[in-house]
Amino acid sequence: MALDRWIALIILGMCVAYGHTAFFLMDGVLAPFMQRNPIWPSTFPKILSVLGAVAAIVILLGVEKAESEGTPDIDYRRLGDYKIGQALGLLGLMIAYALLLRPAGFLLSTISFLMIGSAILGERRWILMLVVAGIATGSVWYLVQEVLGIFLRPLPTILGG
Amino acid sequence: MLEGILLGLQTAFSVQNILMVIGGCLIGTFIGMLPGLGPMSIIAIMIPVAISIGDPAAALILLAGVYYGAIFGGSTSSILLNAPGVAGTVATSFDGYPMARQGKAGKALTIAAIASFAGGTIGAILLAVFAPMLSSVALLFHSAEYFALMVVGLSAIAAFAGTGQVAKALVMTLLGLMMATVGEGALFNMPRFTMGLMDLQSGIGFITLAMAMFALPEALFLVMNPARSATQNDGETISDLRITRGEARKIAPVIGRQSLQGFFIGVLPGAGATIASFLGYAVERNIASKEEQEEFGKGSVKGLAAPESANNAACTGSFVPLLTLGIPGSGTTAILLGALIALNVSPGPRLMVDNPQIFWSVIISMYLGNLVLLILNLPLIPYIAKILAVPRNFLIPFIFFFTLMGAYIGQNNATELLMLVGFGICATILRFANYPLAPLLIGFILGGMLEDNFARAMQLYDGIGFVWQRPMTFGLLVIAVLLVLLPSYRARRARASSVADGG
Repeated sequence: MALDRWIALIILGMCVAYGHTAFFLMDGVLAPFMQRNPIWPSTFPKILSVLGAVAAIVILLGVEKAESEGTPDIDYRRLGDYKIGQALGLLGLMIAYALLLRPAGFLLSTISFLMIGSAILGERRWILMLVVAGIATGSVWYLVQEVLGIFLRPLPTILGG
Repeated sequence: MLEGILLGLQTAFSVQNILMVIGGCLIGTFIGMLPGLGPMSIIAIMIPVAISIGDPAAALILLAGVYYGAIFGGSTSSILLNAPGVAGTVATSFDGYPMARQGKAGKALTIAAIASFAGGTIGAILLAVFAPMLSSVALLFHSAEYFALMVVGLSAIAAFAGTGQVAKALVMTLLGLMMATVGEGALFNMPRFTMGLMDLQSGIGFITLAMAMFALPEALFLVMNPARSATQNDGETISDLRITRGEARKIAPVIGRQSLQGFFIGVLPGAGATIASFLGYAVERNIASKEEQEEFGKGSVKGLAAPESANNAACTGSFVPLLTLGIPGSGTTAILLGALIALNVSPGPRLMVDNPQIFWSVIISMYLGNLVLLILNLPLIPYIAKILAVPRNFLIPFIFFFTLMGAYIGQNNATELLMLVGFGICATILRFANYPLAPLLIGFILGGMLEDNFARAMQLYDGIGFVWQRPMTFGLLVIAVLLVLLPSYRARRARASSVADGG
């Protein structure tokens, strides 16, 4: 089974879960006076879940024949040929950045993010990387904090930033 | 209308707003040239900046400038490097890149600049003439018709998705609608589908979703496939900008036809610049003479002028439904709509009445944007192209960093970043399987309004009766059903389709 059908199956599962919530769980907590309304909070989700399930089944069964697939940008069947390790590394780095942004402060975490990101992609000129990351981080922080007035904690929490 | 135009001139020609147009065009052109950052991502990045300006007219002018600049920047990299940074300029590379390879890069860029300028100009004139008409019709619309109209818009998005893709586009639209129901709506004072998570109480962040759907998968693709971001650093061949008289005579009717066609395709919700440019290319190839047809794909001036003028006219056209009906015709205008709502402007028939200065200054600034682009493009090309030479080892971490910043600045919530990565991974997998991502975002943005109007109509008519009691609603819903069903029916009947096979 091709990837797009697997995805359709997952989407079908999501529609069923969503529909189950809409049909069986949501109406129970509805206040009595709201039950006289022609429209309930669950009305629209009910419609969506049914339509979504139908459309997912259409893909799953392959009712609609694809004319020309075109050449996809990346063929998922040959993922090994691509730099998948670098992509996963960068995703991991983004998650680390999300978790460390508050505790480590904006300046430290962003400079590290940009440098480690370049390093994952194979860059080894450390001085240049530090200079570029430093200038970029400083100017973004200045723009966001001073010009736009959005607070970004600059220093790690232990330093009282 | 005349006093409206004067009002628009007055607003658009303030020093601040002229700087906005120029700044927006510059930013858009520079970032649009980088393969992978299309107008949608750039506008999404610029939204926090635009919102912080506070003045809706200025913000929208800035974003419109960015929009034009981005599409224009995309054509530059399409022509010079065969690397279309934007889907709307893919057709440009069919004939633009062969021309550049023949050493006619300067000429190709000039034709692109003039065709875009003409397309944008004709588009702006048509917008000024037709938008008020469309909006006066729109005033007759009630919530029932609004609901039906949005259903038409959403089905049109699915219908234009391409052969064999209708069900996928439909599923994505519905997923977007479902995601829009997450959180506590204004209509019912109860949280829905939050799975008990506090972070979902206020719903899914729009910028987070926009970044995750467009910028992040593209950046990941650039990482995985280095050939995608490969650039040749060769600015030498761009010297001769002249067009011969014969070539000018050839492209003039093409530009005229494609500007009109492109504009009206752009007006249709869901069609947008990409479809307009492909259709423009296909139509011009079909109506050209036999020997001219041979040239298409090998460096034909007509094949370059057609998608460029159609593309820009369609961008202008997509502002008609956005400004007059509040319906975004494309992913990009969907993002613009989100920005407008964040600025407390609700686009729709009342926009011209309540905020005429916004409406007209946008139209005027569109023209200004075109002019600025023409002035920018011709002399700056050799220098602009150099930015593509930024080593990818530095470029890519920055793209990731900017998507993270876009999501973080909007919400100031680190959980948002985790959601961004999660949605981004899902979006990348969906792209592997050829699922279109723009319908999801359009569904997400329209979802709230769609449900509100549906609920209002249900309450007014005490049930679903409005569907057949109001003829216009019924008619629109029939159109919506036909739009979804017809393409698959026709695809079944006629297996042969003429697809431009250039590049």
